[in-house]
Amino acid sequence: MLSAAIFLPILGGVLLALIPRSRESLLKGTALLVTLATTGVGVYLLGAFDYGDAGRLQFAVDAKWIPVINSRYHIGIDGISLPLLVLSMVITLLCVIYSWEHFPEPHNPKAFLILMLVLETGMNGTFAAQDLILFFVFFELVLLPMYFMIGVWGGPNRQYAAIKFFLYTLFGSALMILSFLALYFKGGETFDIPTLIEQGPLLAHGTQVLIFAGLFMGFAIKVPMFPFHTWLPDAHTEAPTVGSVILAAILLKLGTYGFIRVAIPILPDAARTWAPWIGLLAVIGIIYGALGCLAQTDMKRLIAFSSVAHMGFVMLGIATLTDFGINAAVFGMVAHGLITGMLFFVAGSIQERFGTREIARLGGLLLQAPRMGWILGFCAFASLGLPGLAGFWGEFPAILAAYQPADGLNLAVFRTYMVVAAIGTVFAAGYLLWMLQRVAFGAAKSEFEKSHIHDLHVPEYLAWTPLLLAIVILGVYPHLLFNITDQAVELVTHGVNSLPSAR
Amino acid sequence: MSVLLAAAGFTAPALDYHALAPEIVLTSVLLLVLVADLFLGEERKWLVANLAGFGLLATMVPIVSLAVSDGPPVRSMVGGAYVIDDFALVLKGFFLLTGYVVLLMSARYVEEGDYYEGEFYFLILCSILGMVVMASSRDLISIFVALETLSIPAYMLAGWRKRDLKSNEASLKYYLLGVLASAVMLYGMSLIFGYTGSTLLTEIGDKVGGTIDAQPIVTVGIFLIIVGFAFKVSAVPFHAWAPDTYEGAPTPVTAFLSVASKTGGFVALFQLIFVAFLGRDDVWGPLFGVLAVLTMTVGNLVALRQTNIVRMLAYSSIAQAGYILVPFAVAGTNSAAAESALTASILYLLVYAAMNLGAFAVVIAVARKTRSGEISSYGGLFEYAPGLTVIMTIFLFSLAGIPPLAGAWAKIFVFRAVLDAGTGWAVALGVVAAVNSVIALFYYASIARQMWMTPVPDGDRTPIAVPAPLIAALAITAAVVIAIGVYPQAFARFGDLASLIR
Repeated sequence: MLSAAIFLPILGGVLLALIPRSRESLLKGTALLVTLATTGVGVYLLGAFDYGDAGRLQFAVDAKWIPVINSRYHIGIDGISLPLLVLSMVITLLCVIYSWEHFPEPHNPKAFLILMLVLETGMNGTFAAQDLILFFVFFELVLLPMYFMIGVWGGPNRQYAAIKFFLYTLFGSALMILSFLALYFKGGETFDIPTLIEQGPLLAHGTQVLIFAGLFMGFAIKVPMFPFHTWLPDAHTEAPTVGSVILAAILLKLGTYGFIRVAIPILPDAARTWAPWIGLLAVIGIIYGALGCLAQTDMKRLIAFSSVAHMGFVMLGIATLTDFGINAAVFGMVAHGLITGMLFFVAGSIQERFGTREIARLGGLLLQAPRMGWILGFCAFASLGLPGLAGFWGEFPAILAAYQPADGLNLAVFRTYMVVAAIGTVFAAGYLLWMLQRVAFGAAKSEFEKSHIHDLHVPEYLAWTPLLLAIVILGVYPHLLFNITDQAVELVTHGVNSLPSAR
Repeated sequence: MSVLLAAAGFTAPALDYHALAPEIVLTSVLLLVLVADLFLGEERKWLVANLAGFGLLATMVPIVSLAVSDGPPVRSMVGGAYVIDDFALVLKGFFLLTGYVVLLMSARYVEEGDYYEGEFYFLILCSILGMVVMASSRDLISIFVALETLSIPAYMLAGWRKRDLKSNEASLKYYLLGVLASAVMLYGMSLIFGYTGSTLLTEIGDKVGGTIDAQPIVTVGIFLIIVGFAFKVSAVPFHAWAPDTYEGAPTPVTAFLSVASKTGGFVALFQLIFVAFLGRDDVWGPLFGVLAVLTMTVGNLVALRQTNIVRMLAYSSIAQAGYILVPFAVAGTNSAAAESALTASILYLLVYAAMNLGAFAVVIAVARKTRSGEISSYGGLFEYAPGLTVIMTIFLFSLAGIPPLAGAWAKIFVFRAVLDAGTGWAVALGVVAAVNSVIALFYYASIARQMWMTPVPDGDRTPIAVPAPLIAALAITAAVVIAIGVYPQAFARFGDLASLIR
């Protein structure tokens, strides 16, 4: 059943390839049906998942794949994978709905939808893979569709942005695969993640530190952490709306997920050595992202920099190496996916109507398109971490966790990080409200005064409602998600907790 | 001395005709092609192409029958100078298949280009015969004969567009440097023969690892042989001929040179290094390390600057040869490392052949319409030839090593061989290879960018008519690239090829 969740989209992509390009509604319908069916599988998984035992790998399949390098087709999901997997399915479905009437130039829905489906296979596969080689293949599978999505359907500077995104990520992956192979040879000639979680911690400290460095490059570029973030604003700004949404909501999570799934449980000793540095880069990212936001004039670029800051909170949570911090990180990942995804949707719709994303040229959205204006406001508040909405539960516990990091980590250092991160939340409120104020409040600028701005379309209602509901529900009742992740996170930190505490 | 005595009382060696069947069939076919060409009129020359193609397929029959026969797993003849084992069989099959794909690619090209037809196929078959013989040669002399048999027709093929100055230049450069390389190599072989008293690789292997281990002359001999082959496989700094030759030669010939001839050189290297010189890794280990790093880095950096697609593919194939050389550098660490290095190199060659031939097939198809090799002429290809664009994209990203395409597994196997050796500088070599694969992505992706993201330069959107043989060539190569990409175990079976090492 889990395999269906992974391969249904790509099979749908093959099916789409067989439909002639002129049959547009058939193409859209098929894509919708495929993503709907995939989400159906997701709903089934949600229903059949044994929540009492969320730390165990469920729906596991473990079959022979490449015996010569002892790599197996091993998939399974636990409490960390499940929410992210479902998020990925839902976001793709909503993106298909959203693009119904919104195919960016040069149109060609066939190619666009095929790429989206291939992308979904890559994302779902990454969240389910329990074998490093399989993980790597899926991790890389998302590169090509995203490259073309940005490069073909993107903005004016799309070619530069596309290749920058590709080169950065591939550089990280190249070092990552070397680390995977090093783990293979040092960890008993296996790529199996659960086995490596038993074998990895036995490695010598120096070996662990080196391998972790390679993994760090692979994942940190994907997250992206400061100073590897420079591809992100370009990619987001140039990508078509749907591309931005998927990039923000899911692709960035592949990096943080990699830390939680691979790097930390397999190499706990090295994780502890690197944690202060990761924390440092995380808080630099928080402040830098926030300051970057204040300097932006383009709405999408501003949201992109806010992603750098938000992912900084997630990484800070991970860097504490505590149950609390990593639970916060997973929550932060889901919340950021929902909220920033929504923000990019709104930014895309604004651009479509006004033909610009220049904040200085916009204004009075609340008057011209009140519903969209209110939604923008709602998302901005969610994004700045207003209690009662989902964003809060990602940021606040991450900051709190830095007060008491795992044994063996320097208290003073992490408490400094905590203070800096807290200041970052103030900045976040600053830039988001500033953006909201200039875009939504006041009167329309003279150039758009006369133009008729259509409020929400039907596809927008359909695509946005589930996200908005989820933001509220998770905000009011975060236990829903923490309950799923907690047991699985305990296993992630198990390795760190069983290290001798003094160093 | 004993060799001379044996030669005086010559008795015909016992021949295993089943084992020699592929060579015999292929020789008959190429003679038939030559004769048929004499008796066929201009308008029926296309029959020659079919004859050559079916001849190659017919040669596959004895190879398959040898592979499944109950006979001894290793058939050795002429005192061990000519051996048919798994290694030889797989590579023979590989050469025939590559040759067949090249024939498919040339069929229309030669017919429409006002070139000599019959002779073209005759020479290609001759060259393939040389490769088929090479796969079995375990003796300095037979290696050299095989190498010349595969090279000499190729010198002529490179100059096939005889009224084109560039083609003449291509042929002449290839010929002069090829002969120079042969001379250097032959000198090295004579030194080795002089000190070991044998031309048999296994006997050389026993002695080189044993008593005359420290002889400086042996060191020089090995060095010269490797330099000679470095010319043949166009490793930096012995690569200067390759881009000019590749650009000037007719495109199907370029594909043939960059894949089949190069593999021929590598196969000879495998046999020499892993059978004869395995004991002297102190000589060839560092040498291959330096060659590999230079070849990858220079090939990739120069490829970045190319504006002609054939020249770019030429430099890319230089860089790819660098990746194939990487495992050689660590093969001497221990016997396990030698095995995984040999496996990695062979697998890389097989995958490289499929993706590079495929890329050239697309170049030929596109040139039918645009009559241009400039990368800028690929602008907007996606708009009027989506199928070719998607297939080309697959080949390019496979060359770049992006999973889940075959090229990624080839690279992973190379990395695995390197990390298996585990020494510090082996890991450094792996990092260099990894960084290089990122550089390479840039120029592969730049072609993809032209095809997908830029407008058609002259606004001409008439679709490309791709002839059937070319479609078949594309289908074969694309199927291999995708099948191996999704299920790499299919080719991992060839891991047994390490049987070459004893």
